[in-house]
Amino acid sequence: MRVAFLGATKGMGRALARLMAERGDALCLLGRNVADLERSAADLGIRGAAGPVRCTACDLERPETFASAIDAAREALGGLDAVVVTAGVFAAQEELEADPTLAERLVRVNFSNTVLFCETAKKALLEEGGGTLCVFSSVAGERGRKPVIIYGAAKAGLTRYLEGLDHKHRADGLRVITVKPGFVKTSMTAGLEPPPFAGEPDAVARRVLAAIDRGVPVVYAPAPWRLIMAVIRTLPRAIMRRINF
Amino acid sequence: MREPPLSTLSGWGRHSVRGRERVGEDLERISADVNLSRGLGRSYGDASLPPEDQPDVLNTTFADRILSFDEDTGLFRAESGLSLSELNRLLMPRGYFTPVSPGTKFVTLGGMVAADVHGKNQHKDGNFGDHVTSLKMRVADGRVLECSSEQYPDLFRATIGGMGLTGHILEVEFGLRRIPSQWIWQESRRIHDIDEFQDALEDAAPEWPYTMGWIDCLARGKNMGRGILMTGRWADAQQAPSRAPKQGFQPRLRFDWPSWVLNPLTIRIFNELYYRKQWRRRSSGVVSHESFYYPLDAIQSWNRMYGRRGFTQYQCVLPREAGRSSARRVLEVLTARGGASFLCVIKDFGRESRGLLSFPRPGITLALDIAVRDDTQELVDALNEQVIQEGGRIYLAKDSFTRRDHFEAMEGARLEEFRAIRDRWDPNRRFRSAQSVRLLGD
Repeated sequence: MRVAFLGATKGMGRALARLMAERGDALCLLGRNVADLERSAADLGIRGAAGPVRCTACDLERPETFASAIDAAREALGGLDAVVVTAGVFAAQEELEADPTLAERLVRVNFSNTVLFCETAKKALLEEGGGTLCVFSSVAGERGRKPVIIYGAAKAGLTRYLEGLDHKHRADGLRVITVKPGFVKTSMTAGLEPPPFAGEPDAVARRVLAAIDRGVPVVYAPAPWRLIMAVIRTLPRAIMRRINF
Repeated sequence: MREPPLSTLSGWGRHSVRGRERVGEDLERISADVNLSRGLGRSYGDASLPPEDQPDVLNTTFADRILSFDEDTGLFRAESGLSLSELNRLLMPRGYFTPVSPGTKFVTLGGMVAADVHGKNQHKDGNFGDHVTSLKMRVADGRVLECSSEQYPDLFRATIGGMGLTGHILEVEFGLRRIPSQWIWQESRRIHDIDEFQDALEDAAPEWPYTMGWIDCLARGKNMGRGILMTGRWADAQQAPSRAPKQGFQPRLRFDWPSWVLNPLTIRIFNELYYRKQWRRRSSGVVSHESFYYPLDAIQSWNRMYGRRGFTQYQCVLPREAGRSSARRVLEVLTARGGASFLCVIKDFGRESRGLLSFPRPGITLALDIAVRDDTQELVDALNEQVIQEGGRIYLAKDSFTRRDHFEAMEGARLEEFRAIRDRWDPNRRFRSAQSVRLLGD
């Protein structure tokens, strides 16, 4: 598989890119900090990625970089079978309420800019005759919840967008995979008290890779979060107003 | 950023303090304003724990990328949070292994340097630090630099075995070795007392690259120091099964055992059975490297066996000059106080490491797991007094009870040199740990 990967340097993205490398996929890493991308490229190369792992600059805050980055990845890989997006911004609800600039940036990066990036990736994949677009959204987008109101809203928008893409383009050979991680122990969530069913990045990555291979459109990871969110979605507002989940 | 609240941090022996871990993939960025690093927290005592007045500590485990690897020479470089377990998983199937491995694979490269770990091949290959070619560090004045035996040799020497007190170790470069298989040809034999043990280790040294012994610490009198000597070498292609060893089921202890479970009687029964298991004088065969190197890793969280109060490991080295009977004298201190050690390990050391505060020196080492009880401090004090008399010293990666004056008596001139190097690199003593407050008066 030839994969363009936005967000392979950290957290769940790092874990997923490593699994791909270890089974011999070809990777091109996209990201803001090229020096850091190159360190990850070395790691993935030694772990078994096919051919040299290339790096190309792409900044989720600057949509003008998207088209050239995807083009560069296509060229480096000699085609494209999949695009993975794990990059994003996270901040706690209190921080976002205290800092409107941060809130605006989070919504813009996680929603509008990610959508724009996916539009670019979608075009490239359709030109290739189809492929997989795997994007990390979040369980936070499933219900308006007190600790993740703004972050969750951006992710809810992203989830709906990805759902629409799947409906429109499945017949064209584009497989859109929406990943909804629950709480996963990464540097992003460090310092937060892990709830029960908190997952490890590696286990999440295994589930996501299986979903990519089978073309499963929606993945909850770790698995118990599918059930947890099914319950949360059915709770009446009167209860949601009382609990702090 | 919000400051997360303090939580409980502990060493493997479950000695704990209040502290806060900073984590992240980019060590160079996040190490700027923290004054101690820790990895997987497998040092037994308080070496990886922050001092009371400075609760933040950097956790390196998210920084685990391999940066370069030369298949021809074996030269390998990675970020310091890479674990030995991951390194083994990736490179053993390709025929490479660390030149020195401690008794657990759940350690980071940074921790292996800071504790200058040794293994079953110490008599032949020295310590891990002897194989390190270069370190990238962040030092107290904020600089990020590369040190080696040529560049800043004083910093390099003080960092190997320096328990993290000279700066943050960001990257580690060392040479991997080629191995013929992932299997070990092991031979074990029954040993009747402590004197025979020392002879047997000495005899095995030239012939076997890996040696160590298990001692039944409760056996007294003429049986004192009886046990099993285990020796091994890599199995060659003819001896080794053609398949790779399988990772078996690894149970996890999910709760703390009550402290009465491990008492002198249960330990005596276990020891008797374990000793009798080696019913033949000698036995041999092929075993997986995991069961040879990391027998305890098979049970996850095995430290919970010691209950809520945890345990300490007392590991000392007795120099060759102290003579054959020194090991017996130290064991007598333990048995005279009714101290029961569940696990007791003996091993001979070949040479001193180049690390300034490194543990090994030519002689014999004893490691005793001791459950923490009300009288543990007195027991450790008594053992330390005996070790000082013998001219020996203790292993900082295991320690949480030693008193400052005892430590100074053991280390002597080496400690002065270590202090002088810290004066040059960290005159204001930014880098401190709970252990350095206790032992160095930081």
